[in-house]
Amino acid sequence: MREWWIDKADWLQGQGTWGPMVYATAMALAGIIAIVAPLFACVAYLTLWERKLIGWIQIRIGPNRVGPLGLLQPVADGVKLLMKEIIVPSSANKGLYILAPIVMLMPALAAWAVIPFAPEVVLADINAGLLYIMALSSLGVYGVIVAGWASNSKYAFLGAMRSAAQMVSYELAMGFALVVVLMVSGSLKLSDIVVSQGRGLFASMGLNFLSWNWLPLLPILVVYFVSGVAETNRAPFDVVEGESEIVAGHMIEYSGMAFALFFLAEYMNMILISTLTVVMFFGGWQPPIDTYLFAEVPPFKFGLFWLFVKTFVVVSMFLWLRATFPRYRYDQIMRLGWKIFIPITIVWIVVVGIWMQTPWSLWR
Amino acid sequence: MYEAAVFYAFGAVLLVSALAVITARNPVHGVLFLVLAFFTASAIWLLLRAEFLAIALVVVYVGAVMVLFLFVVMMLDINLERVREGFWRNLPLALVVGGVMVVEMVLVLAGKYFDIVATRPAPFPPGYSNTRALGRLLYTDYCYAFEIAAVVLLVAIIAAISLTLRRRKDSRYQDPAEQVRARREERVRLVSMPAERDA
Repeated sequence: MREWWIDKADWLQGQGTWGPMVYATAMALAGIIAIVAPLFACVAYLTLWERKLIGWIQIRIGPNRVGPLGLLQPVADGVKLLMKEIIVPSSANKGLYILAPIVMLMPALAAWAVIPFAPEVVLADINAGLLYIMALSSLGVYGVIVAGWASNSKYAFLGAMRSAAQMVSYELAMGFALVVVLMVSGSLKLSDIVVSQGRGLFASMGLNFLSWNWLPLLPILVVYFVSGVAETNRAPFDVVEGESEIVAGHMIEYSGMAFALFFLAEYMNMILISTLTVVMFFGGWQPPIDTYLFAEVPPFKFGLFWLFVKTFVVVSMFLWLRATFPRYRYDQIMRLGWKIFIPITIVWIVVVGIWMQTPWSLWR
Repeated sequence: MYEAAVFYAFGAVLLVSALAVITARNPVHGVLFLVLAFFTASAIWLLLRAEFLAIALVVVYVGAVMVLFLFVVMMLDINLERVREGFWRNLPLALVVGGVMVVEMVLVLAGKYFDIVATRPAPFPPGYSNTRALGRLLYTDYCYAFEIAAVVLLVAIIAAISLTLRRRKDSRYQDPAEQVRARREERVRLVSMPAERDA
C-alpha cells in the first residue's frame, strides 16, 4: 500500500510543470485535514470537559444523560445546532452578518499551520512563525466587530465596542510578552523556540522541565496567560458577552450553525492560546525529565503525547478560572491591561535584555 | 509560472478592493475593503520574500489601526449626502494630487523597467532570516535615524493625547489599591442589641 502511494506521488511529480504543483497542493491539503479534523474533535470534547470540570468544581455531576458518562453530549449538541434555523434579522446587513462568524473562525484555524506538534511535525515551519501567529491573532477581533455591527442591534453593538477595545489592549501586552520569549530563544521559528528550551544547566542534569522558559520568565508567563484569557474573551474577562448585562454581546442575534461557528472559534482560540503557552513556556513537545521511560516507551516517546498532556492542563486552567472568579468590571479590565501588564512587560524586556548581556545569562 | 499566477490573483483582488474602498456606498463596507486591500498587499509582499514587512503590515495596520478606524466609522453617523456635496469642489485638488502620484509611480516603475532582471530578489542562503537582517540594519547602520523616528513618534503620541484629553469633573474614579486595603473593621460595625420581647 505504502509503495503504491510513493509510486503514484513520484509519477505525479514527474508530470511537467503542473505535476509538482498539484502534488504540493494535495500534500498541503492532506496536512490541513490531518490537523483540522482532530482539532474539531478536541473542540467538541472540550465543551463536554468544560461542563464536567466546572460541574465537579461546583459539586455537581455535569452532563451524564447522553451516552455513557455523557460522552455523546457533544454529538447531540452538534446535531441540535445543525438542525436549527439560522435567523437573519430583517434590518441586518446580510452579507456581513453571514461573513462575521467565518471571519472569526478562519484565523483561529489558520494559526495552526505553524504549530510544531513534534520534532519535524509541522505544516509550515516558517522563519517568521511567531510574527505569523501575532498577525493572525490580531484578525479575530474583526469577526466580533463585524458581527456586532451587522446585527443592527444595540446589545450586539455594545459587545462589539467592548471587544474592540479589550482585544486591541491585551494584544499589546501579549505581543510584548512574546518579544521577551523571542529575545531569549533568538528565533521567530516556533520549532527553534521549543528546541532552545531543551538546553541549559538543568537540562544537562536530566531535569528538562526546570530549563523551560516558565521558570526564568515566570512574570512574563503570567502576563501572557492572563492576556490570553482576555484575548479569547473568556471569563473573568467575558464582558464582551456579559450574559447578565448585554445578554450575549455580538452573538445575540445568531442562531443555529452561525452561532456554532462563534462557539467553535472561541474554543479553538482557547486551545490555540494554550498550545502557544506550552510551546513558548513549557517546552512544547519535550518530555519533562530525561529518562529511559520517556525516551523509548510508547506513548511517552511521542512528542505529540507531551504536547497534548501539557495543553490539556493549560486548557483546564482556563476552565478553572471560569469556575472560580467573578467577572471583572470593564474599567478594571482596561486598567489591568494598560497600566499593569504593559509596564510590567516593558520593564521585563529591559531586565531580560540586561540579564542576557551579563555573565549569568542562562541563554547562550 | 506558479508565482505569476498567484501574483495576478492577489493583484486583481487588491485592485478591486482598492477601487471598492472609494466606490462603496456604505462607509463601513469601505473600511472593510481597505482591510482586504492591506491584507492582499501584505500577501504580495510575502511573494517578494519580505515576510517581516508583510506581517508587520498585518499586525500594525490590519490588527490595530484599522480596528480603531472601523470602530470610529461605525460610531459616527455619517450622512452620505453631505459627504457627496463637496465632490465637485474638491475634484481639481484631487486630480492634482492623483496626477502627481501617477507621475511618481511611472518614474519608479520605468526606472526599474530598464534593468528588470536585477529587480528579481536573489535566492537567499538557507537559514537566512529577513527579520534578523532588518533588525541588524536598523540597530547598527541606521541606529540614529531609527531612534530619531522613535522620538518623533513619541512626541506625536504625547501631543495627540494632551490635545484630546479632557478631565471631567463628574467622572467617578476608584483607587484599586484603596479598595484592596479595605478591612472589615472600617466597613462593618457590630452592634450588640438586646433581644426584642413580645409586648
